[in-house]
Amino acid sequence: MRDDHLITAKQLSREDVESVLDRAAEFDADPAAFGDRHEDAILGLLFFEPSTRTKMSFETAIKRLGGDAVDMGTVESSSVKKGESLADTARVIEGYADALVLRHPSQGAAKMVGEFVDVPLLNAGDGAGHHPTQTLLDLYTIRENAGLDDLTIGIMGDLKYGRTVHSLAHALTNFDADQHFISPESLKLPRSVRYDLHESGAMVREHTELDDILPSLDVLYVTRIQRERFPDENEYQEIAGEYGIDLETLESAKDDLTVMHPLPRVDEIAPEVDDTDYATYFEQAHNGVPVRMALLDQLLEGRQ
Amino acid sequence: MSDHQLRVSKIPRGTVIDHIRAGQALNVLAILGIDGESGETVSVGMNVPSDRMGHKDIVKVEDRELSQDEVDVLSLIAPEATINIIREYEVAEKQYLERPERVVGVLSCPNHNCITNENEPVETEFDVLDDGVRCEYCETIVREDLADHIAVE
Ligand SMILES: [Zn+2]
Repeated sequence: MRDDHLITAKQLSREDVESVLDRAAEFDADPAAFGDRHEDAILGLLFFEPSTRTKMSFETAIKRLGGDAVDMGTVESSSVKKGESLADTARVIEGYADALVLRHPSQGAAKMVGEFVDVPLLNAGDGAGHHPTQTLLDLYTIRENAGLDDLTIGIMGDLKYGRTVHSLAHALTNFDADQHFISPESLKLPRSVRYDLHESGAMVREHTELDDILPSLDVLYVTRIQRERFPDENEYQEIAGEYGIDLETLESAKDDLTVMHPLPRVDEIAPEVDDTDYATYFEQAHNGVPVRMALLDQLLEGRQ
Repeated sequence: MSDHQLRVSKIPRGTVIDHIRAGQALNVLAILGIDGESGETVSVGMNVPSDRMGHKDIVKVEDRELSQDEVDVLSLIAPEATINIIREYEVAEKQYLERPERVVGVLSCPNHNCITNENEPVETEFDVLDDGVRCEYCETIVREDLADHIAVE
């Protein structure tokens, strides 16, 4: 496998993260100034799962760098519908593109495609697995707002299926960060993530109540609890209510707490929080473009 | 034939898998794909008293030697087992199991959402951990009931 594929956040060292974030800061300062950096570069977008925003953020990033994107349209209209394997689809599209971005509902899809293609591949989410480009934009946001060392972070919500959580937790082990995980019992971190965190020497602290830990947090990263995880609507309502935040919840928080969310949210964060200094989720979403510009810039540099 | 004779009776050629952790003999048969219809002569001893292990299981399969894949999977569920290759009624080779670093193409992944369970040109690959195995693709860790996931035909 090529070593410039980005499949999992576990591949990223502290130096890797810092160099992408530093570069992203340059793009962020003046995104319109780099329109001739990668003229003619074509990015192939393989989205087997609808994700308009992630896809648009990659499209914007490549266009800001002077390149363009091609995609396969909706899965319904493509050859996938006719039963073509993912491995074959990827091998065809790589012939059109200088780099590929993959979003797929199956865990391990990106690792497999990485074994078949010769152009750099970015994993933009594989099932409940990994989402490393989201992690980089999360880290960028955390660095801007709270710094990455001497950090106490709480990660709350669906920790079992939340791939953004898994990737972020792995990446944070590179930094001096205390990680606290807050979730209902049924949505705790999966065994494999706990195993890796343990192996990396990170202290994993798990909680079922936010109140226990909220006053000590610098960052609270909230994720969505999906209705479809619960067979019973009442059970969902109860849990969703317990793991949502509003102004009352935040009364015991530090004044400079940073509240993040990978979006879209449903009702995990009450709209009344949006106008406070805590709210950082829209800024976080905005950071997707400069961070993806930085990543693409790095990958495409090897092309010339 | 006494019970004692049955246990120690020698076979002309084949494989004797000895010192299997008590209770694992049927899983060993599953790994070897033995279901009674393949025609091999097989003797199984279960909960046989053992000085070393208290109780152990033994499987004797006539006219068959094991492949490396089979040995690798055996080592996961019966790490203390010894494999005796029998030729002319004598132990021709004695093999102690070594846990492999990874097993390729022999276990299937229990995660239904794993790419290896789809119609893709990819073989399963598991890293062997101290107390289980881990899918190289979806990273699922399997610790219990490994024998349930054996994909050896
Ligand atoms: Zn798997």
